[in-house]
Amino acid sequence: MSSETKQILTTDGIPLEVSLKKAEKKNKIKAFLLVAPLLFFLIITYVFPIGDMLFRSVDDKMVTQMLPKTFKAMESWDGQELPEEEVFAAFHEDFIKLVEDKREGKLSTQLNYTKNGFKSIIKKLRRASKKFEEGNYKEQIMSVHKRWADVEYWRAIQRRAPEFTGQKYLKGMDMYVNEEGKIVSVEEDRRIHRVLWLRTLEIAFFVTVFCFLMAYPIAHLLATLPMKYSNLLMICVLLPFWTSLLVRTASWMILLQQQGIVNDFFVGIGLVADDNRPEMMYNKTGSYVAMTQILLPFMVLPLYSVMKTISPSLMRAGKSLGGTPFVAFWKVYFPLTIPGIGAGCLLVFILAIGYYITPALVGGASGTLISNQIAFHMKSTLDWSFASAMGLMLLSGVLVIYWLYNKIVGIDNIKLG
Amino acid sequence: MSVNKEFVKFDKVDKSYDGKVLVVKDLQLDIAEGEFITMLGPSGSGKTTCLMMLAGFETPTNGEIYLDGNAISSIPPHKRGIGMVFQNYALFPHMTVYENLAFPLRVRKIPKDEADKKIDKALSMVSLQGFASRMPGQLSGGQQQRVAVARSLVFDPQLVLMDEPLGALDKNLRESMQYEIKHIHESIGVTVVYVTHDQSEALTMSNRIAVFNDGKVQQLSSPDELYEKPVNSFVAEFIGENNTFNGEVSDISGGKCKVKLSNAEIIANPISVKSKGDKTKVSLRPERALINPKDKMDNIHNGKIEEVIYHGDHTRVRINLLGNPEFILKVPNSSANLDIKLGNEIKIGWNSQDARALDPK
Repeated sequence: MSSETKQILTTDGIPLEVSLKKAEKKNKIKAFLLVAPLLFFLIITYVFPIGDMLFRSVDDKMVTQMLPKTFKAMESWDGQELPEEEVFAAFHEDFIKLVEDKREGKLSTQLNYTKNGFKSIIKKLRRASKKFEEGNYKEQIMSVHKRWADVEYWRAIQRRAPEFTGQKYLKGMDMYVNEEGKIVSVEEDRRIHRVLWLRTLEIAFFVTVFCFLMAYPIAHLLATLPMKYSNLLMICVLLPFWTSLLVRTASWMILLQQQGIVNDFFVGIGLVADDNRPEMMYNKTGSYVAMTQILLPFMVLPLYSVMKTISPSLMRAGKSLGGTPFVAFWKVYFPLTIPGIGAGCLLVFILAIGYYITPALVGGASGTLISNQIAFHMKSTLDWSFASAMGLMLLSGVLVIYWLYNKIVGIDNIKLG
Repeated sequence: MSVNKEFVKFDKVDKSYDGKVLVVKDLQLDIAEGEFITMLGPSGSGKTTCLMMLAGFETPTNGEIYLDGNAISSIPPHKRGIGMVFQNYALFPHMTVYENLAFPLRVRKIPKDEADKKIDKALSMVSLQGFASRMPGQLSGGQQQRVAVARSLVFDPQLVLMDEPLGALDKNLRESMQYEIKHIHESIGVTVVYVTHDQSEALTMSNRIAVFNDGKVQQLSSPDELYEKPVNSFVAEFIGENNTFNGEVSDISGGKCKVKLSNAEIIANPISVKSKGDKTKVSLRPERALINPKDKMDNIHNGKIEEVIYHGDHTRVRINLLGNPEFILKVPNSSANLDIKLGNEIKIGWNSQDARALDPK
């Protein structure tokens, strides 16, 4: 047998491979054009925003660009003693330019993030700088306020030199880089984010568990009832989907508040005293109840779609072979529903971990999640880079869970519908 | 040793699902130990319902079912110890062949070494040694079916139910599986109740066949008797091919009757007709009618060939005979029958003994 394969020609004498490519090219272009709108849509609405978010979360160019000469002059400074005159001169030059552009306020805000106390001394420097004489800026600036003579503050400025920084991520974990450049945790009473992360995981986990416990029997019923009843039940499951999320959350507020229907009912049947009504809202309980109800369909549907494919004769076979109904369920039915359980749990957990409206409305102080904190920084403090950093941490958390799931159960084993 | 003639006994069993229609009516059926009995009938005739009642997945609305002398209506399926083979195999898809077979043994807490022996034996019975570690999805339809049979037998049940087990297989495989199941039955002597709507399957495999229609057993007898001597026109038409003549009895005497058709008279064997004037349907198997009969036959008539269909080993000839344009003849392929040509007039004859005058339904 010869090692060279003979080139196969078509009846017209064109090499077969060329001919095939030519024939399929048109179809490939057509296929691409069909998916192109979706591809562009995805790039614009998904890839681009996430890329932008990643960029924002580490972007620290603002200060770099405001003090270009200063940072250039600081390159040779070792950070031990106070910097030399040339650093002060460069800083003065940058600062005068900022004052002319009326941007020195932004600088003070930014530097204040790094070290408290910059706001007032920058204000003082602005006023004093109008009367500065040429030369010997080190003396003049140091005389404005004693903090300007403190090496700590110059080190703080130097820390803002890099164009990119990971400090927002550290802040999201209640950590920061201290004066010595070490990563340390903030004082105990100021650690708010770690608590929020843990609470988010905890609430997402329990909401997933509750959803699973409630959805499994419902999905089973849906899959086994005669068509006529299962359609009705399916509508009941889907009805919440067709109602606004806000309306559903608001109705839980009506139900759960202290003078609400559920409490009235408990008082009515004598379960609780009228003057001792339990708080079921503005705390974790509220988040649990409302989120479980809202996320339930996301558990029911994957379970249902898997259960629908399990032939009833399998359970019968299990029983006819001598298994009690429980054994037949546990050894035959349950293992076959695992793809649905995996899909449902993953879906509910991922949705719950980023939930916003419901915990914001019924969660109160102890029932809010990390996404509420993100929203707070987006809307109130306008620290978008911090919000972006936390958003990305959330995203990577979800990816880690996805990866773990793939390791433990296997992603091929998932079935969404 | 005497064989228990009433190993399974349906005693006046009625079954209704909706309280309006009886799916099974007054079923009286005895099945002997070691017998291979087939419930045959069109869909909706109640045969599968009977099987499900026996397995315990349905309860009789009235009456009682006995297994080896014990009433079983109140015993749940998993305590009946009846093996079952399902239509779609119902192998557990997440378990290997070995685990599938081990399932009934594990729930019975049979020690592992003993279980392994039983599994080996069951697999060799269906010639699937070496397949123990495969998943059901990796097996062909026929192999899956064998696993299902092996699984239903592995725990040595006294009774095995099979619900159209070969329905999903292609024709050749179905035929070879029929023989295989038949041989397994013969070699281990288990009682088998088999449900099918395929009459050739029933005729090939069974000791006795119960033909179901309309919730009732129409006839319960051995395959040959069922085919040769159907007791009513439903059975005659359901089993095998059948030529029929509708008419009225004009004379009945000496084990023979004359039946007046619209334009002729034929002699038939009175089965369910009693007296002159009864309406009747005369049933005649295609292979019992001959072309140009040499023997003296008491029915000889002329017919015109309307259609000739070649079937390889035989030729089917459709003849317009005595006003019946659908009269079918099966002619073995041999050079002797050269005058079978479209449009020819031919002589056709049969014995009155084979023409069974049945109910007119």
